[in-house]
Amino acid sequence: MVEFALPKNSKITGGKTWPKPAGATEVREFRVYRWNPDDGKNPSVDTYYIDTHDCGPMVLDGLIWIKNHIDPSLTFRRSCREGVCGSCAMNIDGQNTLACTRSMHDVKDGAVKINPLPHQPVVKDLVPDLTNFYAQYASIEPWLKTTSPTPQKEWRQSHEDREKLDGLYECILCACCSTSCPSYWWNSDRYLGPAALLQANRWVSDSRDEATGERLDNLEDPFRLYRCHTIMNCSKACPKGLNPAEAIAELKLKMVERQI
Amino acid sequence: MSAPDTPKRSMRTPLGRVRNLGAAHSGTSDFWRQRITAVAMTLLMIPALVIVMMLLRSNHAGAGQILSSPPVALILLLFIAASTWHMKIGMQVVIEDYVHNEKLKLVSIMLNNFFSVAVALASAYAILKLSSGV
Repeated sequence: MVEFALPKNSKITGGKTWPKPAGATEVREFRVYRWNPDDGKNPSVDTYYIDTHDCGPMVLDGLIWIKNHIDPSLTFRRSCREGVCGSCAMNIDGQNTLACTRSMHDVKDGAVKINPLPHQPVVKDLVPDLTNFYAQYASIEPWLKTTSPTPQKEWRQSHEDREKLDGLYECILCACCSTSCPSYWWNSDRYLGPAALLQANRWVSDSRDEATGERLDNLEDPFRLYRCHTIMNCSKACPKGLNPAEAIAELKLKMVERQI
Repeated sequence: MSAPDTPKRSMRTPLGRVRNLGAAHSGTSDFWRQRITAVAMTLLMIPALVIVMMLLRSNHAGAGQILSSPPVALILLLFIAASTWHMKIGMQVVIEDYVHNEKLKLVSIMLNNFFSVAVALASAYAILKLSSGV
């Protein structure tokens, strides 16, 4: 049966409260999920206080400040710090989003609560293991597939056809959408999830691609595609403002269209 | 979940695990039928409710008289067909969502089919029996 409770070794226990920074006139409380694979202990939530006058405005700035000034063992992914790479996806104040584009001032009441992306195995602290997520992306074969002879120049596309890719190509594969989807939590071994399906629709919608039917064949499955129950958490979570739920609905429409 | 000891350790590649047995090449017909039956139920809901309200105030003979009208019997039969079909597909989706033990899933889906057919046939038989006055 589906798991409704956390496994014993994932239950959150206690946590350390770190001292407030000396001399700070204004502080912000951060409560951060901690788990270390090496100490054999259960996860905990540590409390930190950051000096807001010495720190940038984003949640990622706060995490970097903690790592630099309080606790160098705090582990998280980050790279571009401007919402392009998707590395710093995490659950902030109950919402999956990018730490680099979420201002800590947008978290209204009290502490900024930070957890790793939900229902994924944790590597350490805020770093989830996204192996399955990336394999699902690879399974939709995200590249142009053609059988016609390759043209001397580029594969051509009209402006109208190019516009059909808007809202699809911008996905940065941060996994905020897929890990916010309850259907993905229960069946991530068989359901491809919103991110992979949005990308699948990106290639199905590409006028230059000649494998549209094969791509749809590969998706036509009660689990791969039809586990989407239009819960819409994906569209709410997407930090890039994309609409994976709509992309999935378009895929379902194409499935019906080729049958009737 | 931070559970390095819970997932079954497998030497299969992640892509191999995702591809697994391949796509079933089905699901669209159930998806489409679920929509068709939903629209049918929306259209049939009010006439069916009116008929049920009429039946509430009548005895066995009166019910037989109401149901002997072909449009009335037909509306109820269509409503039963649409709703039991919708119920069967919907329940199967719930089972597939939450029951992960393969054997239990198989048995549950089988029982769901039996139950839906039994409900549909029993209801249809009752309507036909009353409407024919036998």
